[in-house]
Amino acid sequence: MQRYIVGRLLQAVVSMFVVSMVVFALVRLSGDPIQIMAPPEASQKDIAAMRAHLGLDRPWPVQYWWFITRALQGDFGQSVRFRRPALDLILERYGATLELGGLAVLIVIVVALPVGVYSAVRRGSKLDYAARAFAALGQAVPPFWLGLLLVLVFGVLLHLLPTSGRGTPLHIILPGVTLGWFAVAGLMRLTRSAMLDVLGSEYVKLARIKGLPERQVIWKHAFKNAALPVVTFAALLFVALLNGSIIIETVFGWPGLGLLVIEAVDSRDYPIVQAVVLFLSAMYISANLLVDILYAYLNPKIRYSA
Amino acid sequence: MTTESAVAAPFPAVAPRRRDRRWPPLVPLAIVTALVLCAVFAPFLAPQSPVEGSLGDRLVPPIGMEGWKSGHLLGTDRLGRDTLSRLLYGARISLSVSVLAIVLTGAAGSFIGLLAGFLGGWVDTVLMRLVDISLSLPGILIAILLSVIFEPSFTNVIIVVVFLLWPSYARLVRGETLGLKQQEFVALARIAGCSNLTIMFRHIVPNLIPSILVLATLHVGFVIVLEAALSFLGVGIPPPTPSWGVMVADGRGLIERAWWVSILPGIAILVTVLSLNILGDWVRDRLDPKLRQV
Repeated sequence: MQRYIVGRLLQAVVSMFVVSMVVFALVRLSGDPIQIMAPPEASQKDIAAMRAHLGLDRPWPVQYWWFITRALQGDFGQSVRFRRPALDLILERYGATLELGGLAVLIVIVVALPVGVYSAVRRGSKLDYAARAFAALGQAVPPFWLGLLLVLVFGVLLHLLPTSGRGTPLHIILPGVTLGWFAVAGLMRLTRSAMLDVLGSEYVKLARIKGLPERQVIWKHAFKNAALPVVTFAALLFVALLNGSIIIETVFGWPGLGLLVIEAVDSRDYPIVQAVVLFLSAMYISANLLVDILYAYLNPKIRYSA
Repeated sequence: MTTESAVAAPFPAVAPRRRDRRWPPLVPLAIVTALVLCAVFAPFLAPQSPVEGSLGDRLVPPIGMEGWKSGHLLGTDRLGRDTLSRLLYGARISLSVSVLAIVLTGAAGSFIGLLAGFLGGWVDTVLMRLVDISLSLPGILIAILLSVIFEPSFTNVIIVVVFLLWPSYARLVRGETLGLKQQEFVALARIAGCSNLTIMFRHIVPNLIPSILVLATLHVGFVIVLEAALSFLGVGIPPPTPSWGVMVADGRGLIERAWWVSILPGIAILVTVLSLNILGDWVRDRLDPKLRQV
């Protein structure tokens, strides 16, 4: 187990290292920053001096080292558009993204798990068919389009909910539901198939023969064992929510990290794009790491084989 | 076994091979066929140009609504461009991105998986670590970064798709190769004096094709949604090229006045992806039921 965790931890560090190199290399590939920064009347000598001052005359590995040490100290550079440190902007917007993600996770757990479980328990029932149709639809609907459809129905036609921005608690409903939607579809399908496998097993039959109440059979005996593949899905869920939040924040003008990075793309604000990509990648990689460790902890097969 | 059932079934019961006889689901098949035809013959089918609009015909509503015009069955957008024509040309983009990207990623990923599985040893270790790392990188963020550095383009979209999907091919093919390598025909080929290259490409690759095809069909829908999402965000196919994602984005600010601009291309994506997914499931059941979990 310890060996597994250490190995996995190393891998996460390497992944983060690769991301930082990709970010660094791509930004360097984009052109000489001096050309953008220097005034047109600058002489060759001025440009050379400026380059030396910024350290751009040093070899790439040295420059990368500076980049990475600064980033580790929280210095991601200045936003070109806002003229403020990138980290400040990230910290400002971070809460909104978490809020949205939190609501989506809540929706996913409250809807997907029970519906998935009961559609397996009552296989072939109306609930099962409805759930499966929903799951098939949910995986084919482009999330950004679903968002616009909800805006059209609940905002424009029914005038029930606000469609953009953040303010009252009502503002979060549409983006939250849209973000939760497609994660619900995936998790529901997975819970259903995991439950179907477990429900056919001998120990569930035994629990029933013993005369245990049905609810106890389903949740204590069956679901606990079906939960394992569902945990793996948590990693995918996080990916879905992260990718989704970038899209959904753009649709609903939700002022989180996703909107920040897309606005930065539009205004060519490199430092912000760089910083948000590094920041979100770190979150993404650590979440994957946590899920893998949790999974190993829950699954003795991995715990002992590695 | 009781006597009664022995009489009723004198021969060992054979499980009915229901799945093998299943027909392809006809409606999705028809939709996908129609879509391919639309994409191929878009220049002949489209009533108008997909990129040039007439400013006199801005935001004309689709047929059946008040104020529709006969030249524009599905209405027009903010620049007076015909929605139907753009949808038809959009099918081209969606299909060409997904086919090209999946062929590339399938070939590259499978080749890497083949090397890892066949050669084993340190090659396997290094390549599989690469797979793990690649899986732990956030694809959409890399797409965003690429689009800032290089202008958004068709090539960027392809790079992102290849980057996101190659690990699944590598993993699948590696697993299958490990199994095939143990089989007698490989040992016999070796005895007959075949080189590693010949064994890999003449003897192992043909056995991998069905699984690779199944995975590829299951990916088509995913790639179409991904392309649309990237284009919607402005980091995929650049406007004015009529990608369905670009079209949905075009209508974003108009949702109150002209819902059709973004809702119609969304329906096109939805119907296409749903049909492709149903067909993909069918191909999987048909060719390779053991992939059900993929």
